[in-house]
Amino acid sequence: MQEVTCSSYGVASASPRGGIERTPIFALCLHESFSMLMSAEFPVVFEMRTFDNRRRQPDEFAEIARMIRRDIIKSLVLAGSGHSGGPLGSADIFAVLYFGGYMRYNPQDWWTPRDRFVLSAGHMCPVLYATLANTGAFPKEELGTLRKYNSRLQGHPGRDMGLPGVETSTGSLGQGISIAVGMAMADKLLDRNGYRVFTLTGDGELQEGSVWEAAMAASNFKLDNFCWIIDNNDCQIDGRVHDVMSIYPLEDKCRAFGFDVVTVDGHNYHELCSAFDRFITNSQQECGKPTAIIAKTLMGKGVSFMEDRYEWHGKPPTWEQARIALRELGEDIPEPVTV
Amino acid sequence: MSIPFQLRGSKPTRQGFGEGLVVLGERYDNVVVLGGDITGSVMTSLFKERFPDRFFSIGVAEQNATTIAAGLALSGKIPFFASYGAFCALRNADQLRISVCYNEVNVKIGGGHAGISVGPDGATHQVLEEIAYLRTLPHMTLLVPCDYLEAKKATIAMGEMVGPAYIRFGRAAIPFFTRDDTPFQIGKAQVFRDGTDVALIACGAMVWEALLAADKLSQRGIQARVINVSTIKPFDVETVVDAARECGAIVTAEEHQVHAGLGGAVAEVVAKNYPVPIEFVGVKDSFGGSGEPEELMEKFGLTWKEIYAAALVAIERRDRGFIGYRMVKDVPRYDDVHANAHSAL
Repeated sequence: MQEVTCSSYGVASASPRGGIERTPIFALCLHESFSMLMSAEFPVVFEMRTFDNRRRQPDEFAEIARMIRRDIIKSLVLAGSGHSGGPLGSADIFAVLYFGGYMRYNPQDWWTPRDRFVLSAGHMCPVLYATLANTGAFPKEELGTLRKYNSRLQGHPGRDMGLPGVETSTGSLGQGISIAVGMAMADKLLDRNGYRVFTLTGDGELQEGSVWEAAMAASNFKLDNFCWIIDNNDCQIDGRVHDVMSIYPLEDKCRAFGFDVVTVDGHNYHELCSAFDRFITNSQQECGKPTAIIAKTLMGKGVSFMEDRYEWHGKPPTWEQARIALRELGEDIPEPVTV
Repeated sequence: MSIPFQLRGSKPTRQGFGEGLVVLGERYDNVVVLGGDITGSVMTSLFKERFPDRFFSIGVAEQNATTIAAGLALSGKIPFFASYGAFCALRNADQLRISVCYNEVNVKIGGGHAGISVGPDGATHQVLEEIAYLRTLPHMTLLVPCDYLEAKKATIAMGEMVGPAYIRFGRAAIPFFTRDDTPFQIGKAQVFRDGTDVALIACGAMVWEALLAADKLSQRGIQARVINVSTIKPFDVETVVDAARECGAIVTAEEHQVHAGLGGAVAEVVAKNYPVPIEFVGVKDSFGGSGEPEELMEKFGLTWKEIYAAALVAIERRDRGFIGYRMVKDVPRYDDVHANAHSAL
């Protein structure tokens, strides 16, 4: 068993073995079977590699998305709690948005003039944290502090922690999109610096009525600098979105609310790139309409036993499941040592 | 030392808010105002006419307006959003909690038509609970000015401070009595009249009623201290604890539920620092109703008479100790007090 090591401001210390994460004891205690996990545990290594943000060919994103997914699995297994399904399912969207030249930012000095991204579905923060770490905004080993005491990687994004790239606190569903509308208004109607504002909501989140207040405002103010991404995996905690409370027909709704709507396969890089290209064009030509990208995704994409299963909305993998998941994502984890 | 006053007729506090916004608009280019479809009622219309480019109509969508304000603040603006207090303090409670206060952004909310004095609109529009909620929010500054001029000063001050803030104001014209030189400072309660027999601690429209009650009490030889708590949060502990220590008996008065509002705030600091008997004047755990403001203030026990009677009870409790089990909302009727000159009960 390794010991917990955190510096005073909650950043996990760099390991002498080059990025091997220390495993916090209390994360293990949350699991069902302590003794089983003792043997299933493995050293978690966050690869130090980061990626730059530039126009890429669609096939270049697969590697980045795989890295993001591995980092999600690692941070979640160390956290011992948190959401797996949504973050894995939206990793391809994040890869294209942050590493395809669509969002403009400086990872070395985040709070300089930049485009904005607001994760309205705050519970999906493991994918945001993993993405930001892969830009180089903060050290990758900090991903191992997810949901821990004093960590900048709060269970839902907290602006008070000052993590580069977290523009606002979110977690109470339906609010982030309105904040993003406010940001888009500030630039489009007042400052006119040509900033783009992106927000990502879940699909279950669309049951919150205030989302539609925000949508109404976005088109009312002709915010063509505003891009609303809907992660449409049709899963929420209680089941299928269409069973819990249908939000469909989604495309018609967004269109009726005044958006230029693009529906894409949220795992197809070519389609994602075209959708973001369309938004950039809308924005540059000042078409007077906000853009909505409905990304059809599979919850848990990339990990066979999680794919399209709503049960994976809000739980982390066990150590054994994490081992299998990482192997499926191309990282070889040795077999457990029998104790 | 008492602060001199001069009754100059009556004016609504909302007018002070509207005029304060225009002053802010002149001083700061990044002050923007969001409308919630009742811009005339809450007098943001004055700003709208003067600075149409910095006024944005959000419609009847208070949750969205509050959160949009957070987004504007995160982009360097100083957004004000005003509506009826019922809808911009409680309907949007979660947005205030997460997007405004947890985010600790520079969002300013104007809660109009507060209290029972809204009048004919009735219970749905007479917010009597928002002080209780807002004063529990971390990072929040909560202002309740006592008249038109203080509302104007408070509005300007909240625009010039950094962080989330809420100002409560009313619809009806109420006595306008403070002067340009009457001190106002966020976080500081002001002693408007000195005395050491009982402290009358009030906010909003009840400050004038407390001054009237103090006049009547002085005719009976009782010198009451009147304190205007124009900032409920952060709370001026010192001024209130000094009053407890020097007077030994307290009456709180507010156009709000007697539970968890100004009275609750006073009770907390007094219990912690220097426990003395407190009587609470306010709405007694009930909803409002339609009527003319004066009729309603009378009906719901929000006049100088209740403060007067409560002062006598507080003094009696101080002098006699335990006088029986009483609920927070138990306030003696003025007529009963008068019927028995020797006892307040």
